Amino acid sequence: MVAQLTSGERQLALVVLIALALVGLAMGVVGRADPIGVHGLIVLVLSVGLTFLVLSSLYAPEPSAERLSQYYDDPSKVGIILAIVWGIIGMAMGVWVAALLAWPDLTFDAGWASFGRLRPVHTSGVIFGFGGNALIATSFHVLQRTSRARLAGQFSPWFVLLGYNLFCIIAAAGYFMGVTQSKEYAEPEWYADIWLVIVWVTYFLLYIRTLARRKEPHIYVANWYYMAFILVVAVLHIVNNLAVPVSLGHAKSYSAFSGVQDAMTQWWYGHNAVAFFLTAGFLGMMYYYLPKRAGRPIFSYRLSIISFWGITFMYMWAGSHHLHYTALPEWVQTLGMTFSLVLLVPSWASAGNALATLNGAWHKVRDDATLRFMMAAAVFYGLATFEGSFLAIRQVNSLSHYTDWTVGHVHAGALGWVALITFGSIYSVVPWLWKRERMYSAALVEVHFWLAIAGTVVYVFAMWNSGIIQGLMWRTYNESGTLTYSFIDSVVAMHPYYIARAFGGLLFLLGILVCAYNIWMTIRMAPAVQPTSTADLPEPRQIPVSPAPAE
Amino acid sequence: MSLDHETLVAFSKSWGLFYLIALAIGVVIYALWPANLSKFHVAKQSILDEDDKPWT
Ligand code: HEM
Ligand code: HEM
Repeated sequence: MVAQLTSGERQLALVVLIALALVGLAMGVVGRADPIGVHGLIVLVLSVGLTFLVLSSLYAPEPSAERLSQYYDDPSKVGIILAIVWGIIGMAMGVWVAALLAWPDLTFDAGWASFGRLRPVHTSGVIFGFGGNALIATSFHVLQRTSRARLAGQFSPWFVLLGYNLFCIIAAAGYFMGVTQSKEYAEPEWYADIWLVIVWVTYFLLYIRTLARRKEPHIYVANWYYMAFILVVAVLHIVNNLAVPVSLGHAKSYSAFSGVQDAMTQWWYGHNAVAFFLTAGFLGMMYYYLPKRAGRPIFSYRLSIISFWGITFMYMWAGSHHLHYTALPEWVQTLGMTFSLVLLVPSWASAGNALATLNGAWHKVRDDATLRFMMAAAVFYGLATFEGSFLAIRQVNSLSHYTDWTVGHVHAGALGWVALITFGSIYSVVPWLWKRERMYSAALVEVHFWLAIAGTVVYVFAMWNSGIIQGLMWRTYNESGTLTYSFIDSVVAMHPYYIARAFGGLLFLLGILVCAYNIWMTIRMAPAVQPTSTADLPEPRQIPVSPAPAE
Repeated sequence: MSLDHETLVAFSKSWGLFYLIALAIGVVIYALWPANLSKFHVAKQSILDEDDKPWT
């Protein structure tokens, strides 16, 4: 893969890697026993390792100019594999965390294995490791296909992908050591945050530069979603992480905000992370791979545009529904609640648009588990957004907040929507990227589908039950006006549901393991089509496609 | 001018309201504008063709 880079790009890679190794060294020296020192060591080791990789092919012959007449897919391939690896790690952590809630002894008396440290490894592992890598990999793929242009440059895609994974590794390693800013989904400390800003800005620039080269004049709607994801995440990340470190040699920092402003900033971030990380980017996937796989254009392109702007503008105002009944001024809470309710309209417009696209192709949905993954994702998207708008109503939230109902909602979205749409897209894109006719085994895709559905349903139902029981127990009074149940009563009542949830999660984890095996075998499978006719080789026929054919 | 609560509310009730409504109207007009329909039609069809190479 290094040999694919031009010699200029290889040199640039070397310079960047050596600079990074020096930064790692400096962090190690200045930080010494502080966690930042350990992080420095990780940075040093990884960048030296990559330096050797680049050195090994530094003098390889220049890549042929023919590459410019093909799309650049190597980063997408690596990104898909990384997504699966992180998915397995993150979901295994999820099962462990779930088991901890049922059997608290599973920490084995080790500090690093305590609930508070493993939980963010789970959330970051699945959201950023699994989701983020899948988003980066598919965004490169979709961007090139829809703009009919090759990625702008070969170095920056690698910088974005590998730099992002460095961030994920630093994050996870930090949690085990107890490093955290105590902001949910923004736990990593200041130096990791600065690094992510650099990576993310490069990502945005790469996207814009490639779009600027596009041969297709109209920017397909999937790109709008991906771009909203990249741009808004940059803004959110920068603002929420404004902080002052104790010193350059310490991991700890203090937020620039305090009190209720801090809470508001955090949940403005937190909710828009849901909106733009867990929703907008994955809608980009859906608007490309679903029509592509179904072989039918999206039902209504107009509707997709209107719902895009609807989601983009309304989500921004909804964050305060995380802070009902807090010190936040009541009008801000009401604002968040109102926007959350209106948000249902563009959300259902997207879900409905996806399902209407499949209307008339139900036989394909029946026969093709890949397409069924995407259909089920659209259904769960509709469900999770409906539930979300409901939970945002202040009176409903007074029952659901702090209970497992929230966790059930989260995983209806995270398993049912985010993970299912990702698996559907991965199964579509893997044969395409590796130039295989199909996945190694359609039967295993089918097995994965049912494991995933069963896992999600068990998980979500367990949490609905547990959450509502919990909420009701906490607000039941007896005749003398005191609480009927003690807190520990509610903990005992939840125990069976926690076991059920861990079991559902285990099914889901088994599903991704099946997926990993299937991908592995697909890659090892010989290209089914005779190599001369694969799309990436130059072909004499070269039908010139006019950019805007008259219908 | 002090940036207190009243000021912010006044601002969001006037400008905030108008720019959001203006944007919403703008988006709807763009999406429903009859001349754009053929463009959208081409856009949604064009991702379906099978060629897998950059255009030159
Ligand atoms: C194997 C499947 C999974 C299992 C067993 C699992 C389990 C868990 C558990 C036990 C928690 C902690 C709940 C608590 O503190 O009470 C949790 C939280 C969370 N998980 Fe998962 N999870 C899984 C998959 C996923 C996936 C795929 C995603 C995202 C794409 C995800 C996103 C989250 C988020 C965002 C939270 C935090 C929720 C909150 O703070 O309300 N999980 N998960
Ligand atoms: C119209 C769309 C949605 C609305 C209005 C909405 C609303 C809400 C509300 C009211 C809460 C509970 C806040 C609390 O009591 O603390 C919540 C939590 C959450 N939702 Fe949604 N939701 C929506 C869609 C989604 C989707 C599609 C996902 C995808 C994964 C998602 C992920 C989450 C997460 C991760 C949390 C937990 C945050 C935390 O406490 O850590 N939501 N949402």
